[in-house]
Amino acid sequence: MIRIEGLHHQIAGAEVLRGIDLTLPEGGVTALIGPNGAGKSTLLSLIARLIRVQRGRIEIGGHVVGQTRDRDLARVVAVLAQGAHVSARLRVAELVGFGRYPWHLGRPGAADHAAVDAALERFDLTGLRHRFLDELSGGQRQRAFVAMAFAQDTPYLLLDEPLNNLDIAAARDLMTLVRGLADEAGRTVVIVLHDINYATAFADRLVVLKQGQVVAQGAPGEVVSAPLLADVFGTAARVEQIDGRPVVLV
Amino acid sequence: MGRRLALIAGVLGVCACAYMLVGLTGPLGFVLPYRGGKLAALALVAVALSVATVLFQTITANRILTPSLMGFDALYVLVLTVMVQALGASGFAALSPPTLFAVNLAGLAGLGLVLFVVLMRLAKGDMVRLCLTGVVLGLLIRSATHLLQRLIDPGDYQVVQSLSVARFTQVDGTLLAIAAAAVGAGVALAWRLRHRLDVLDLGEAAATGLGEPPARLHRQALLLICLMVGSATALAGPMASGGFGPSSFFGLVVVAFARLVTPTHRHAVLIPSAVLIGAVVLIGGQLVLERLLSLSTPLIVVIELIGGATFLILLLKRRAA
Ligand SMILES: Nc1ncnc2c1ncn2[C@@H]1O[C@H](COP(=O)(O)OP(=O)(O)OP(=O)(O)O)[C@@H](O)[C@H]1O
Ligand SMILES: [Mg+2]
Repeated sequence: MIRIEGLHHQIAGAEVLRGIDLTLPEGGVTALIGPNGAGKSTLLSLIARLIRVQRGRIEIGGHVVGQTRDRDLARVVAVLAQGAHVSARLRVAELVGFGRYPWHLGRPGAADHAAVDAALERFDLTGLRHRFLDELSGGQRQRAFVAMAFAQDTPYLLLDEPLNNLDIAAARDLMTLVRGLADEAGRTVVIVLHDINYATAFADRLVVLKQGQVVAQGAPGEVVSAPLLADVFGTAARVEQIDGRPVVLV
Repeated sequence: MGRRLALIAGVLGVCACAYMLVGLTGPLGFVLPYRGGKLAALALVAVALSVATVLFQTITANRILTPSLMGFDALYVLVLTVMVQALGASGFAALSPPTLFAVNLAGLAGLGLVLFVVLMRLAKGDMVRLCLTGVVLGLLIRSATHLLQRLIDPGDYQVVQSLSVARFTQVDGTLLAIAAAAVGAGVALAWRLRHRLDVLDLGEAAATGLGEPPARLHRQALLLICLMVGSATALAGPMASGGFGPSSFFGLVVVAFARLVTPTHRHAVLIPSAVLIGAVVLIGGQLVLERLLSLSTPLIVVIELIGGATFLILLLKRRAA
């Protein structure tokens, strides 16, 4: 469970998060949506302790962020930051191998190698394992980064816009994999998405952020509506029900 | 990788033997220990600067800058000047070599730490800002030093000048032992950081996510850098640490070459590779210049020449990429 209480955050004097209270249950996929600059990445980074909590409290899987040792937390939550890239020249298998670091602290054992192989297999990267990251397409690279977060083998997985730059096939494949992480591997996934149709298709819950506040949350069918889109995004898009779920017509 | 490292180690062995044995004349009982001391000093300087440069490049996430380029060397002259200023030339000359070394090391390491912490704060991870801040701080230190030198007695000033130039001539055995202990400790601790440094190379966010928040690692690495560069500088004068005076480019050349010869993201390979190549460059270079060519050209000049070219190439490659 992720429990957030009274979370405020300021960047350069501007209030980016304004009193977030949010509880995300164990398991399933939660999509964080909202317009650019709403504070989604900030919220995710705070949960993943990539930035320090200024005011409020975040608890993840029973660990209070900021009071738990970094190494311990790295075994509880894995994060893929927005626009992740590495400057070091790494091969795919090496990148995914770094996901095991919290468990072996630099000395990988047989179990770690097996976990890397399993991650590569699951993300269909086995054939690319010896390629350098800069020799991959954007979608393949993105998959490698998610595979690394998967290999970290944490109960919680935070992904910030993993669908950036992906074509429809790559995006659907990746979301299917993410869905599988929740359903088969029992992970709790929080994912920032921009395309609301992907959110409604693949997530169990939506949390809608606007100007640093949670303005709606719940199952996709309850949350997504034309008035909400008009209010949050300020755009008049039609919403139709198809196969029992809302679809935004763009 | 292992074979390449072994190969470089072999080259180093040949260089070291040749350095000891080529052109032996005179009483062996005197010449061999003399050469041995100098060889050890060269090796210590090479090791200290190579490892320090690897650490510095990793924590600042760049492949071009070195501690020496960032104004560390200017500190050497400043510390000397302050000492002469405080003690007078005669008081300064009366210091025993170990005392001088200790004060020098403490001053260099302490001020170096302040310098680098300020640098990293001001640069905020931006490479261009880091470069500019380094240049500006280096200038500031040099100006402060000049100001101090104006204030001291011209005779004392001579002392500072004669000491500011690199010297690999006379090596005091006690100093060598102290410096070896300090550098050895630095290298051993740096070796223990190797896996964490690998993680740091992934970037701040990824490193934090894997349980290695950069801030602590930065502090530890900076301490080691200051200890190692400080020891090397206190032992051998600014040739060790460069600055824009003597050899600023040694670390740069060595680490760039190490990355070329043993391309890897693993510090477990990069650190030994840089150490070996650093020793080959310094000892081999000295061997060629001093023994084979009998040139009086200081090695610094050659290193600066190659280093300047390497710096430009790296810079241009970076712009093109
Ligand atoms: N380093 C920073 N300096 C100044 N302002 C920042 C910084 N990082 C974020 N902000 C501001 O904080 C607010 C929230 O940013 P955040 O990145 O959390 O938004 P987001 O919802 O993830 O947006 P996007 O969909 O564009 O990724 C924005 O108004 C942004 O301008
Ligand atoms: Mg964002």
